[in-house]
Amino acid sequence: MNERIVAKRPADTDTGARRGVPAARPAPEAPIPPTTEAEKKAPHVRPGDRIFRGLATGSGVFIVVLIGAIGLFLLIQAIPSLALDKVNFLTSREWSTGDVNNMRYGILDLLLVTVVSSAFALLIAMPIALGIALFLTQYAPRRLARPFAYVIDLLAAVPSIIYGLWGLFVLGPVLTPIGQWLTSTLGFIPLFAEGNVSIEFGGTIFTAGIVLAVMILPIITAVTREVFDRTPPAHVEGAIALGATKWEVVRTTVLPFGKAGYVSASMLGLGRALGETIALTIILSATGTAFGWSLFDGGATFASKIALAAPEFNDPRSAGAYIAAGLVLFVLTFLVNAAARSIVAGHKEYE
Amino acid sequence: MTTTQTADLNRLATPPTFQSVSTARKIKNGVATALVYLAFLIAVVPLVWVLYTVIQRGFPVILDIDWWQKSLSGLLSRQQGGGVYHAIYGTLVQGLVCGLISVPIGLFVAVYLVEYGGRSKLAKATTFMVDILTGVPSIVAALFIYSLWITTFGFGRSGFAVSLALVLLMVPVIVRTTEEMLKIVPDELREASYALGVPKWKTIVKIVIPTALSGILTGVMLALARVMGETAPVLVLAAYAPFINYNLFDGPMASLPLLMTAERNNPTQAGFERIWGAAITLVLIITLFNLLATVISRWLAPKTK
Repeated sequence: MNERIVAKRPADTDTGARRGVPAARPAPEAPIPPTTEAEKKAPHVRPGDRIFRGLATGSGVFIVVLIGAIGLFLLIQAIPSLALDKVNFLTSREWSTGDVNNMRYGILDLLLVTVVSSAFALLIAMPIALGIALFLTQYAPRRLARPFAYVIDLLAAVPSIIYGLWGLFVLGPVLTPIGQWLTSTLGFIPLFAEGNVSIEFGGTIFTAGIVLAVMILPIITAVTREVFDRTPPAHVEGAIALGATKWEVVRTTVLPFGKAGYVSASMLGLGRALGETIALTIILSATGTAFGWSLFDGGATFASKIALAAPEFNDPRSAGAYIAAGLVLFVLTFLVNAAARSIVAGHKEYE
Repeated sequence: MTTTQTADLNRLATPPTFQSVSTARKIKNGVATALVYLAFLIAVVPLVWVLYTVIQRGFPVILDIDWWQKSLSGLLSRQQGGGVYHAIYGTLVQGLVCGLISVPIGLFVAVYLVEYGGRSKLAKATTFMVDILTGVPSIVAALFIYSLWITTFGFGRSGFAVSLALVLLMVPVIVRTTEEMLKIVPDELREASYALGVPKWKTIVKIVIPTALSGILTGVMLALARVMGETAPVLVLAAYAPFINYNLFDGPMASLPLLMTAERNNPTQAGFERIWGAAITLVLIITLFNLLATVISRWLAPKTK
């Protein structure tokens, strides 16, 4: 619902604003469209209009400044701590900030765990979200499509802390036999190898990825659904007239039309997964060993590492280390979201 | 000519003219349909499962009237009983204060985008930044407020700092929904108002926003429901207290998500009850706000023809 980046109607906005300006001026004797000369001749702007316009524009500027301020403040806080870092921030896999005179921390492990768990979640969520979007727009009975869509949106309404508790205490134990089977039969593949935490406890990237998939499902579905809904009826009718089956109609009209929107929606989902905090903080078991490319490893993502340490942020120097990690996360999600947006921006037909 | 056509139309299409759908295509169609239905069913499973877990484990706890009237003050971690009204207070107040700050900002940004911005560069930049803000992880918002409010300005951890971080998460949601609502207000209404000599700002305040009000309020309620469940900001910006603290600006303040994280390491039966009781309480509050949203959108909807 809040990811409506595809539903833009700049054309309408523009005409509305343009029509508004000349009409607001008290010039009843001049029905001719105002020329540039007439614009110059109207210096009188009501103070109310000026104040209101200022407030509205100011709020717009505020949002732009805010994003800049987020990056700037995180950077200002991070730099002094980065200077105290005894190892390479980008390539080290250590993380010890307890002794401020000997801080050794790097983000490589956090980055790997974050990206692998999000990618795994995306891998599960993408096909299911595609199926749901098709179901809601093409297959479900018209009358039931809205309540069904509401059910999917409810998934987004559940707080992430509840997903986290459910994932660790309820889903984790259920997944344990599956995990054990995977490690014993497919263990020769590094991805399914025995991890560095106990599978019985369930605090693995495997569990976390599945919970993340559930959490990003409604986001991907909502945006994809909106794009699929905009498939030109003429395309669909043309395909039907040629004798296509339901699936052929979908494959030849809906999917090609909505592909870019679907990819963009998935990237929005990825952005959400990268930044998900509390569910992963609860689920992932802490471990002293480095990430070994297995889904059955534990570890910490950027967000969960910060959240775990947050209550003990007392020394600005050690807090700065976590803020530096937060800055990397901010840049990462910024890039993913900007990419998602630019994919859709190139498609005028979605508007 | 005409006669032959009529004759053709009356005759059934036979194989050379009309081929029935081949088995392979039928199978493909059937498989695709089955998969699409299956995808929806798969998504319903975790929803039902999560809600069942929360209700089954939490419902017995909230039946006790003490749950709503008492705090956990003075109780040991293994002592059962007590309640969470201190956390409910914190969640509601932090959410509402966040709403008080977010609604005007969000409203003005949406008004700017729809009524003033047009296709200007600033409007494009603002739209882009609102999209980016939508995707800012809650932990990053919390770290930003931490470095601004606590490190730079030197204030302590408080409920108000949490509200500020929630503003960052709530504003983009309000902008998006309000923008959508303002766009569907018909231009004829604006033009009629201008024709009567009403200034633009008054047209917006008295005509455009009231017309879109039900949609805007619905969006605000949904946004509130969303931010109240956020955990990362309370974890970074507020300290937990098992007792009531009415002061938003000073001292530790509980909220439902914070209470759940604080009790997470409590292995006793009392800890179990507190966690799942708080979980169902949070779900109930969120459901309440969602219901309010529906009620508002029904009752306040503009009376159109």
